[in-house]
Amino acid sequence: MPTTQAPTLALLNRRYLLTGGPWRALFYLFSTLPFAIPVAIAAGVLALPYLAAMSSLSRGAAPDGPVLFLMIVSLALLLVLGPLVAVPLGVVERARLSLMDSRPLPSPHPPSPADLVSWLRTRYSEPATWRELLYALFLATVVPAAYAIAGFLIIIEAALLLGPFFVTGGSAFWTIGAFEVRTPAQAIPLFLLGILMVPVFGYLAGLLATGQAFAARALLGDRTGLELHQVAQSRARLADAFDLERRRIERDLHDGAQHRLTSLTLQLGMARLDVPADSPAAEPLTRAHDQAKDLMVVLRDLIYGIRPQALTDLGLPAALRELAGRSPLPVAVTVADGVPRPAEQTEGTAYFAASEALANIVKHAEATRADVLLARAGETLILEIRDDGQGGADPTRGTGLTGLADRVAASGGRLLLSSPQDGPTLLRIELPLIAAPAPAASLPAAGRP
Amino acid sequence: MTRVVLAEDGVLLREGLVSVLARFGFDVVAAVSDAEELVAVVAEHRPDLVITDIRMPPTFRDEGLQAAVALRRLRPDLPIVVLSQYVQADYATTLLSTGDGRAVGYLLKDRVADVQDFAKSLRSVTAGATVIDPEVVRRLLHRPPDPLTTLSTREREVLSLVAEGHSNSAIATRLFITEAAITKHVGNILTKLNLPPTDQANRRVLAVLRYLRA
Repeated sequence: MPTTQAPTLALLNRRYLLTGGPWRALFYLFSTLPFAIPVAIAAGVLALPYLAAMSSLSRGAAPDGPVLFLMIVSLALLLVLGPLVAVPLGVVERARLSLMDSRPLPSPHPPSPADLVSWLRTRYSEPATWRELLYALFLATVVPAAYAIAGFLIIIEAALLLGPFFVTGGSAFWTIGAFEVRTPAQAIPLFLLGILMVPVFGYLAGLLATGQAFAARALLGDRTGLELHQVAQSRARLADAFDLERRRIERDLHDGAQHRLTSLTLQLGMARLDVPADSPAAEPLTRAHDQAKDLMVVLRDLIYGIRPQALTDLGLPAALRELAGRSPLPVAVTVADGVPRPAEQTEGTAYFAASEALANIVKHAEATRADVLLARAGETLILEIRDDGQGGADPTRGTGLTGLADRVAASGGRLLLSSPQDGPTLLRIELPLIAAPAPAASLPAAGRP
Repeated sequence: MTRVVLAEDGVLLREGLVSVLARFGFDVVAAVSDAEELVAVVAEHRPDLVITDIRMPPTFRDEGLQAAVALRRLRPDLPIVVLSQYVQADYATTLLSTGDGRAVGYLLKDRVADVQDFAKSLRSVTAGATVIDPEVVRRLLHRPPDPLTTLSTREREVLSLVAEGHSNSAIATRLFITEAAITKHVGNILTKLNLPPTDQANRRVLAVLRYLRA
């Protein structure tokens, strides 16, 4: 999908001319004109005093009083009125940018008060506003110059292509560079050259539009915000990838190792039946059988630690109940009605949060019991873990809580902690609830040995 | 001889189980690798005992258990032993709620390794007993105390009146205390029963349901 990437990547596509790219670029360029032309005219008017000053300087004379006055007035007009044009222009241009670049470009302006005076004060003091003014000036200067050059090339191309039709007889003739064309036959080579040049114009349109889109992205975006957004996305992707990998490892262990080990232990058990108790082989065989049985427990716990099968098979409530059952403390799990099955990543995050929290409680809280609650408020999944322990949990000490908060934040959620001295401690995790697709849709059912 | 149908999707383990069963005098009339086949061969052979893995194709979730539930619905006294790779109390409860809960077994796959004990468990289930893996029993006994028992006498009194449909002011009149005190009691009850505010449910009704189910 080239459109989800930077526009330059679309240009590098070998089949660029066959995609919608050149047409989108053309549309982008033409739809620039209604905005660029008025802005260019206004900027031209404001530039007049400066042009006058330059022309008098070139004649060796200093600009006179009225010209100096007008220079100051036009600069003041630019600074005072410019933002009033540039800010709305920024809104339009950010929207238009989606033609060329489907990466979102959020507004760099924070929401501001509705009343006019504070709005003006906020906007005039923001760097983003002045970058938008810079973009308006770019639209008024560089864009017309680039378009003029492109227009000139298009006229030549049109001449090449239309040559054979215009020189049909009479005394009319064309001069293109060193060539003089008087008959259609003479026009044919130039016509062919024109045909060959058509793809070049497709790329020219793409290049122009990409350059303009690049300037728009550089000047109209919220730089820090955009980077943060991208970091958050890549973090979420990373967490997703880890989760997927865990599920793959769990499945591989289950389908491969666990299955074979069960079979091996069974064979050892059978062998023991056939070996008389007084045989020299009996004792080592018994030891091997016992070790294999121990290994089954080890492997099951290992798989459980990677990703509990109950989570994949039965969902969060069952996995939480199993987690509670494994805890040395009495843990009550309450699941409110109307909690839908969340997306797998959300489910995994919630589960590991609960697991980490319960482990912390056992290690540090000196609690006698804990309660786990799973509920839904609007589009948010809420997981609460409370204990009756000594409280005083401090996220800055130890990495458990911080790691948990990181993981929750990577899923777009947040973690809240209330833990006064002497308790009780309440840990609340809020995760955005994205309805899950069909169960197990994202994992192909692997064949088993 | 006890006629057995076996469902296990792993080839190695299936063959191992078949030889164990043969060794202990069971007659394996069919050994299949998924739940759909299982239901079909049970209908065909009418065995004395069914042994099935829980996690099987196509989704590798609990199709073995679903098949067991379906089979028990057709023949509530059909002895079934379900094998599970990990302990899940929910699976055991589901299985126990089929038929009258007799002639079922829920065992960890680990138990298969102690072949003699395993064969003994199979015979017990065939004879109509219920065999639940010790690990599952341990988990079930490990359940936390009922939150209803943490309510004070006054709170229980208030909750019972709420259950009878009285409003806070009616309860206040009956118990000769202020309505504000009732509101506080109700708040405590909701907290102790772990019913936090959500926009999805009426907490008063949920509290009453807990009370009535206890």
